[in-house]
Amino acid sequence: MRMRANTAIGGALMALLLGTAAAAVFWTPFDPLRINLRARLQPPSSLYWLGTDEFGRDVLSRVMVGAGTSVVIALLTVLLAVAAGTVIGCTAGYVRGWTDRIIMAVNDALLAFPGILLALAVMIVVGANKFGLILALGLAYTPSVVRVVRGTVLSIREKEYIEASRVIGNSEIYSMIRHVLPNAMAPVAVLATSMFGWVLLAESALSFLGLGVPPPAPTWGNMLAASRPFMETATWLSIAPGLCIALTLLGVNLLGDSLRDRLDPRMAHG
Amino acid sequence: MTAPLLRVDRLRVEAARSGAVIVDDVSFAVERGEFVAVVGESGSGKTAAARAVLGLLPPGLQKAGGQILLDDVDLATLSPRRMRALRGPVVGMVFQEPMVSLNPAMSVGAQMAEGLALHERIDRREIRRRCLDMLARVQIRDPEHTFNAYPHEFSGGMRQRIMLASVMLLKPKLLIADEPTTALDTLTQREVLDLMVGLARDHGTSVMLITHNLGLVSRYAQRALVLRQGKVIESGDTRQILSAPREAYTRQLVEALPRRGTAAVRRQGGEPLVSVRGLRVAFAGRQRLFRRDAGVSAVNGVDLDIGVGETVAVVGGSGSGKTTLGRAMLRLMPTAGGEIRFRGKDVTATANRDFRLSSQLVFQDPYSSLDPRMRVGEIVAEPLRHVPELTTGERDKRVAAMLEEVGLAGLGRRWPHELSGGQRQRIAIARAIVRQPAFVVADEPVSALDMTIQAQVLKLFERLQAQYGFACLFISHDLAAVEQVADRVVVMQGGRIVEQGSRDDIFDRPQHDYTKALLAAAPVLDFAGPATAHALG
Repeated sequence: MRMRANTAIGGALMALLLGTAAAAVFWTPFDPLRINLRARLQPPSSLYWLGTDEFGRDVLSRVMVGAGTSVVIALLTVLLAVAAGTVIGCTAGYVRGWTDRIIMAVNDALLAFPGILLALAVMIVVGANKFGLILALGLAYTPSVVRVVRGTVLSIREKEYIEASRVIGNSEIYSMIRHVLPNAMAPVAVLATSMFGWVLLAESALSFLGLGVPPPAPTWGNMLAASRPFMETATWLSIAPGLCIALTLLGVNLLGDSLRDRLDPRMAHG
Repeated sequence: MTAPLLRVDRLRVEAARSGAVIVDDVSFAVERGEFVAVVGESGSGKTAAARAVLGLLPPGLQKAGGQILLDDVDLATLSPRRMRALRGPVVGMVFQEPMVSLNPAMSVGAQMAEGLALHERIDRREIRRRCLDMLARVQIRDPEHTFNAYPHEFSGGMRQRIMLASVMLLKPKLLIADEPTTALDTLTQREVLDLMVGLARDHGTSVMLITHNLGLVSRYAQRALVLRQGKVIESGDTRQILSAPREAYTRQLVEALPRRGTAAVRRQGGEPLVSVRGLRVAFAGRQRLFRRDAGVSAVNGVDLDIGVGETVAVVGGSGSGKTTLGRAMLRLMPTAGGEIRFRGKDVTATANRDFRLSSQLVFQDPYSSLDPRMRVGEIVAEPLRHVPELTTGERDKRVAAMLEEVGLAGLGRRWPHELSGGQRQRIAIARAIVRQPAFVVADEPVSALDMTIQAQVLKLFERLQAQYGFACLFISHDLAAVEQVADRVVVMQGGRIVEQGSRDDIFDRPQHDYTKALLAAAPVLDFAGPATAHALG
């Protein structure tokens, strides 16, 4: 029954997030981009529920619009990293030999390189926009997926049911897709959920350095970055996007755990 | 008559969460210097009962009633501290898995010395001397070297000797041996148990041997206790229990032992289905920086013919190359030389679709040979992917019929983990023969199963073979099973065939010394009871 609680809380948080992001497409209390210098740095009130920022923009509206941007970026980045990492990791782990050695040498070099620096370099090349950000962060997080997938595949390919599949007459590629891959996905699901959180944070770090989604378009990351000078005088500016990131992480992780249990037939009755 | 060393009275062990009764009102006694066997299948509560004596029940299990008196002391009254003082010098335990019961990060000597240093006040030189003596006593070739070596350098049999040595070093009054030789091959099993009996006699130690192997019971134990589902079914003198069991369950156990069937003379002559000439398989050595270590050759020039519908058993100890031979014959392993012919065609080098589709393998471990993410029906249906002329409906029908054939009708929607070991092995067999292969390699297909289940699976296998007429290479170290199913027997040692012949010839008139040793070591029911040489004071 504990699993049900996880699913319920995680699901509720994610539903709230997606609902907000969807609603923001059609309606926000104020125009998130409209500057109103007469209403600068207003604390939360009945008019501005979450207060206003240094340009008098409504924080609630910006958080709502930012939800869409941040979540889409994080989701696409994680998908990219998982897809690329799974294909590369599976190849390395299943083929082994020289292919494995070369892939892993490159991979380890990338792992040793700070991910954020790698993303920075890519951003400089492809430019500071949404897609550049996704590509850069996706590339930065692929190596850890490769590591995890390769390790799992290495242990699963020695299992007897893989040999059984070979005896049946199945091709190597079929065995890999039908038998190895599904059994290797559980750790990847866990990794993906925590990665979702890292990406949200990395996005804010890049925004902070001026390489994220360019202002004035709001993301939680660049809102957080912009709130820094007012941390002591206008706390609501950092609390609102910070809390959003924290709750999203909680939701994703809870949902990820129950998803992993649900995906594994051995745990389904737990 | 003095009080028995161990007296267990109405012992009850329950699972803490579900309240399921694991051990139910079990009472027995072990006299001083006596050798008692506790017999039962998995889930019978035999291990839980033994662990309760040590006060080492696994988490989730708890003692729910009854009394355990060891040397007239009620264990329930002892503090954890005094209980710890008892483990070692009074009660010792040898576990089933020698591969995991020694700490891989500690040298053998350090592990042996641990107990002595804890329980006795002697200096390091004395400890070392006693350890070396004990290692010599368990016939370890080079005690000095062993003392400083690490567990991974030893085989399973050697590790079990080391385990035995370190336990007996403290001269316990009671030795609990939980399936101590189940993971070992027949010859090693005999050696380790003989050593155990010898040591126990030297020190006047009582032994509680937990096992599922009735042959061992008859050879070593004076008294036996048969457990089933936590209850004592029957107890008493070994000879009486095995030769004239009173209870139906005990009789079932004794009857489950494989017996030699009628000599089925199958089609002789004609062209062999599979024919192997001079087959060699080598494992490459480790790749060092600039050179490669010398490899090991696991199969070294084997010639073997298997006729249509014939069962050829391959027997031998671990490391004899029998498993490697089976895998190589299915071309699951690269060969280093020789040739394999299937229906007269050379399939050694070229991929042969006909051979791949008409040969199958049944694995030893039914837990790791089934994909945990596929339903039973999908597993059995998978080989039919390669029979393109079947429609989906025909395929489903064939799978359902096959499941019924192996006694699993209606379980197609289940997951493997929901089934027992015996049921899983039936799935593996169904998967192997659903495509009606001509040749099946069965690698220890029943050795991971309980006795009564073994008998059922062997019978199923025989019936299916009679029905579908596939030839079979039956790899096993269990001579009793071989005796039941084989037409011909091949004995392997060190990668070579040392003897081959008809089943009756091998079992009744063995020629080679190794064959004789294997046969002598095989635990068979011996109604004369434990030989007098083993009888304890």
